Amino acid sequence: MTSTVPRERTGTVSPAPATPPSRAQRRVRPATVRRQVGLALAILVVLVAVGWALRPAWFTGYDPIIGVPLDKLQAPSWNHWFGTDHLGRDIFSRMVHGTATSLRTSLLAVAFGLVVGCLLGVVAGYAGGWASDAIMRVVDVLLAIPSLLLSLVIVTVLGYGTLDVAIAVGLGAVATFARLVRAEVVRVRRSAYVEASVGVGTRWPVVLIRHVVPNSSGPVLALAALEIGAAILAVSALSFLGYGSPLPAPEWGSLVAEGRNYLASAWWLTTLPGLVVVALVLAVNRIGRAVGREWGDR
Amino acid sequence: MTAIETALLAGPDETVEVSPRGRRTLTRYLLGRIGQGVFVLWAAFTLTFALLYLLPSDPVSIMLNIGDSGSFADPEQAAALRAEYGFDRPVIVQYWQQLTGVLQLDLGESIRTGRAVTAEVLAALPPTLVLAGSALLLAVILGVGVAFLAAYTQRDGLRRALLMFPPLGVSLPTFWIGLMLLQIFSFELGWVPAVGNAGLSTLVLPMVTLAIPTAAAIAQVLARSLFSVSRQPYVQTAHAKGLPRTRVYGHHVLRNAALPVLTVLGTSVGGLLAGSVVTETVFSRPGLGRLTQTSVGAQDIPVVQGIVLFSAVVFVVVNLVVDLLYPVLDPRISVHDGSRRSV
Repeated sequence: MTSTVPRERTGTVSPAPATPPSRAQRRVRPATVRRQVGLALAILVVLVAVGWALRPAWFTGYDPIIGVPLDKLQAPSWNHWFGTDHLGRDIFSRMVHGTATSLRTSLLAVAFGLVVGCLLGVVAGYAGGWASDAIMRVVDVLLAIPSLLLSLVIVTVLGYGTLDVAIAVGLGAVATFARLVRAEVVRVRRSAYVEASVGVGTRWPVVLIRHVVPNSSGPVLALAALEIGAAILAVSALSFLGYGSPLPAPEWGSLVAEGRNYLASAWWLTTLPGLVVVALVLAVNRIGRAVGREWGDR
Repeated sequence: MTAIETALLAGPDETVEVSPRGRRTLTRYLLGRIGQGVFVLWAAFTLTFALLYLLPSDPVSIMLNIGDSGSFADPEQAAALRAEYGFDRPVIVQYWQQLTGVLQLDLGESIRTGRAVTAEVLAALPPTLVLAGSALLLAVILGVGVAFLAAYTQRDGLRRALLMFPPLGVSLPTFWIGLMLLQIFSFELGWVPAVGNAGLSTLVLPMVTLAIPTAAAIAQVLARSLFSVSRQPYVQTAHAKGLPRTRVYGHHVLRNAALPVLTVLGTSVGGLLAGSVVTETVFSRPGLGRLTQTSVGAQDIPVVQGIVLFSAVVFVVVNLVVDLLYPVLDPRISVHDGSRRSV
């Protein structure tokens, strides 16, 4: 990050550090093992969440919408892992059934940010000149408005549907993707092999697809993984504020918001759903960092 | 978080020429940056105008729906309102009128309360400034403390434990932090009141809530920067010539590693304003965040636009100051006309 020398990807081996390895670096083994265990745990958490999203009925037998009034506000137990709410609905079931909406919105948001951001970044990095300037100024504007505020503006205009919230959250990610992709494209374009390729007369779309995209995709993937974590947080925050699916339908943020009124008497309504969000975001970020280490070259 | 991650991943996109330059270049650089800032503000205004006034939702029908809930006004009344607010005029005329209004700090009137938007925003500002300012201070203390201690300590266990906090901090939903703090410190222990805005006792929990994500971001960036600086040859020289560890880390390492934190501070100001929406909702505090929440809920478009413009102004000004501080804090960086700074 501090280097001003243009980097070149030379292959799979990263350049040897100029200074001799310090004590911490030499003792690789235990750290590597810890890293692997952490990563495996993170992948497991993500897989469970995906399972909840795709096949909620495999994980819970309770109905997420209709509760048993007699069982209202029960503390967590073997029957109700996360306890029940004021209508006797099983919180774990509401959590599991809400996963699909929350995850779908978050993934759509990142997909939107990724596609639009990459397009802008590639054009800016490839075209250069005034096109690059114009695009980067637009990106500056997107960065200047806090992403949650931008999301609220979009939601005011578009409405609270899945796609609307996804666009609202994704727009905040466009700027970061565009900046990164532009920097990557500029970096790859300057490298000797791309110049050689242009020199022998390869047309630019081919250069773009064969050289620029593969060589700049690592950091973009790493950012995408981290953005998923951020998007889950943003989507759940919007849902907490009341901009998500309409109420009886479960969603992660609104679940916590519903439990807010019972903070003093029923701690499980807010604590446990929140812990699930934290676990998933931690896991996604963990995977993102691993992706960044593996392919990010930074 | 996103901006920080980009800072981590993307690094500088332009290199800075390191050469002594005169005052003329500085003036030109300054003017260029101010021009850029003004452009960003103009574009932010245009963007919000386009989003809020041109898209399907029609301000007049919103206004009419608010008065008596659900009652639909007759077309004549709607037309009269359209004429009063100028919505019947061509878009370009509306845009021009709004733009000239904004330049005179006249952002129109709130649909909900009928008061001037500037008055609404200014009235909501003080509690949020207190909250965001104290949260920023706490975030810097916490973030720098954790990162510095992690780099300074020679005990692997303590370092690992400290380095677990930043990734955790950026993974916590702000609203959840707030609710957990409320549950523990207000309801279980009864140390502080749960809601309201009555002095220090009600400020502590919202402040901590708002500070944690920013502190984590600062700690992440600073720790990375500290570790990379501590591997520099001149640090080894400093160790080798027998300087005490405190002096090596406090003087040589920290000073050279601190600059990226400045970038994080610049971007986190926007995050603090956005975070105040959630925090003020959780703690039922008055302020800009609450105003945002109620205005969005009531589709009070002029107020929403005013808040967006206000936060854009804050962002532009803070980042201009950050950019200008760079060469002051690090003499190796000289301003390079027009381009952004980098480390």
